[in-house]
Amino acid sequence: MLSQEKLNKVQEIIARYPEGKQKSALIPVLHLAQDVFGWLSAETMDYVASLLKLEPIEVYEVATFYSMFNLKPVGKYLFEVCQTGPCMINGSDDIIEYIKQKLNIGVGETTPDGLFTLKTVECLGACGYAPMMQLGKHYREHLTKAKVDQIIEECRKNAGILN
Amino acid sequence: MSVKLLLEKAHVEGIRSFDVYRREGGYRSVEKALKTMSPDAVTEEVKKSGLRGRGGAGFPSGLKWSFLAKPEGVPRHLVCNADESEPGTFKDRYLMEFIPHLLIEGLIVSSFALGSHATYIYIRGEYAWIPDILEQAIAEAKNNGFLGKNILGSGFDCEIYVQRGAGAYICGEETALIESLEGKRGNPRIKPPFPAVKGVWDRPTVVNNVETLAAVVPIINMGGEEYAKIGVGKSTGTKLISACGNINKPGVYEIDMTISVEEFIYSDEYCGGIPNGKRLKACIPGGSSVPILPANLLLKTAKGETRYMNYESLADGGFATGSMMGSGGFIILDEDQCVVKNTYTLARFYRHESCGQCSPCREGTGWMEKILKNIDTGKGKMSDIDLLWDIQRKIEGNTICPLGDAAAWPVAAAIRHFRDEFEWHVNNPQESQTRNFGLAHYADPIYVPA
Ligand SMILES: Cc1cc2nc3c(=O)[nH]c(=O)nc-3n(C[C@H](O)[C@H](O)[C@H](O)COP(=O)(O)O)c2cc1C
Ligand code: SF4
Ligand code: FES
Repeated sequence: MLSQEKLNKVQEIIARYPEGKQKSALIPVLHLAQDVFGWLSAETMDYVASLLKLEPIEVYEVATFYSMFNLKPVGKYLFEVCQTGPCMINGSDDIIEYIKQKLNIGVGETTPDGLFTLKTVECLGACGYAPMMQLGKHYREHLTKAKVDQIIEECRKNAGILN
Repeated sequence: MSVKLLLEKAHVEGIRSFDVYRREGGYRSVEKALKTMSPDAVTEEVKKSGLRGRGGAGFPSGLKWSFLAKPEGVPRHLVCNADESEPGTFKDRYLMEFIPHLLIEGLIVSSFALGSHATYIYIRGEYAWIPDILEQAIAEAKNNGFLGKNILGSGFDCEIYVQRGAGAYICGEETALIESLEGKRGNPRIKPPFPAVKGVWDRPTVVNNVETLAAVVPIINMGGEEYAKIGVGKSTGTKLISACGNINKPGVYEIDMTISVEEFIYSDEYCGGIPNGKRLKACIPGGSSVPILPANLLLKTAKGETRYMNYESLADGGFATGSMMGSGGFIILDEDQCVVKNTYTLARFYRHESCGQCSPCREGTGWMEKILKNIDTGKGKMSDIDLLWDIQRKIEGNTICPLGDAAAWPVAAAIRHFRDEFEWHVNNPQESQTRNFGLAHYADPIYVPA
């Protein structure tokens, strides 16, 4: 269930579209739900369907189409490393390999402590600042091994694992 | 000569705020248009300017606007395409991050011209921090009377909303974008009907790129005729180029389309040359979808003439020996890069992004990825190269939307110009895993493939 504050936000989003076109709010509301719950479970999707007066299938169809929606739980910190041409030219393969070793997981896997998930993604529009990854709302650019170490430390610190 | 119409003020301290932007001359075009011009007169100026769509296709913007259907009593919409997902392209992000009010200003004037009272910015979901910047700019514009009801007493009402996508390159295609804005999967529509007649919610709709709409500001300020004097021929005005790959100064540059490709790559004002004294091997000059060119065909055309950074010159020679301006995503490969590997990553990208509606695109992109991966990893056969050629040819022109072509062209061009590199991979499965083919003859003065 979303808080009253978030429900108000949902109403505000619906009001951006013409009367009766609240289906347009679906992607923004799925983002909002994913921000709150971390991923989109069947229950969450059904809940979103009820908020927007849609059939659940209309929500599943959309949630499965877009790569940003997580249909299974992910770690607290999701590393999405770009691997397309311009990033590859600038060494993204080495960065991906390094993260795998460092966290001891493969692409698509989550560390046993539930902290980190590694994903590879296609061009995120940061090709001039490659290699890069998305971490939450922001991009981490010009990645080096040292920078990856720093980011991992920073995440562990934020999660209260290190004191 | 360098003229800057869009990014001139992008680095003025505090330019993201309304007050600074206004002090620097911002929102004058809204005053001029809404107080002294009719909507059709605005469209007329855009026509005169020769502005061509900056999203990739280069279609004349004023003409596109004039196609918008205006049935009585049916609302119309302007939608700004900020999906920017073509590999190599990051110019719209730059504009929105550094000088968001320029886009908002352009949207207000364009909405006025088109009669859009609710205008949407559809932005790729991964640019997750930019909607905050845009919404802040929208709120400030509204507080200052440039948005909302009865703007500047003109009687024109307009709201701008930001809509986030959620990870799908295909939603940059305008009809897929419209589907997505309606809360559906991003499956492109069959045209006709065109969005100008039946777009979002079946209403007449114009979809334009971020840079296109921002360019409306200088056009209205200086007048279409003055704007058309900048640049050359049908490449009028300035163009944002996002440069990346093996260059000393990757980034976003606003160019006047009279400079040569050589100047763009080697001058310190732009890319600053290639790092570590390496030599230029190849370039994808307009985003991943456009044909890759070897160095010798990049700096000069097949006729031996200087190649320039504009629509006509980059396309000189057609697909046989030329390329395209595309989205302005300029990717440089130095002598140590492998064209097979690069083509493989692009094929993987298109397979990942195909919406799956048409079988030539859905199946073909999967096959191309697989075959290219085999060749890249030393498991390819000589017949694979012809098979690749055959597959790309069967995709091109046989699909609902141009993503099929966009997937086919890079593969076709790589084989056309770098066939011996593919063959070398097949013939040297082990060696190709430890070293690259290198520069070969790609930098020879004018080598025209048969
Ligand atoms: C697969 C595909 C992806 C596209 N992606 C974008 C994009 O990210 N941004 C964009 O402005 N245009 C994109 N386009 C072009 C749009 O369909 C459309 O032509 C453009 O937004 C029109 O605006 P313009 O005339 O101002 O260029 C894409 C086209 C295709 C086929
Ligand atoms: S060409 Fe590809 S992306 Fe375009 S509609 Fe067909 S399957 Fe979808
Ligand atoms: S290729 Fe990695 S951000 Fe564009």
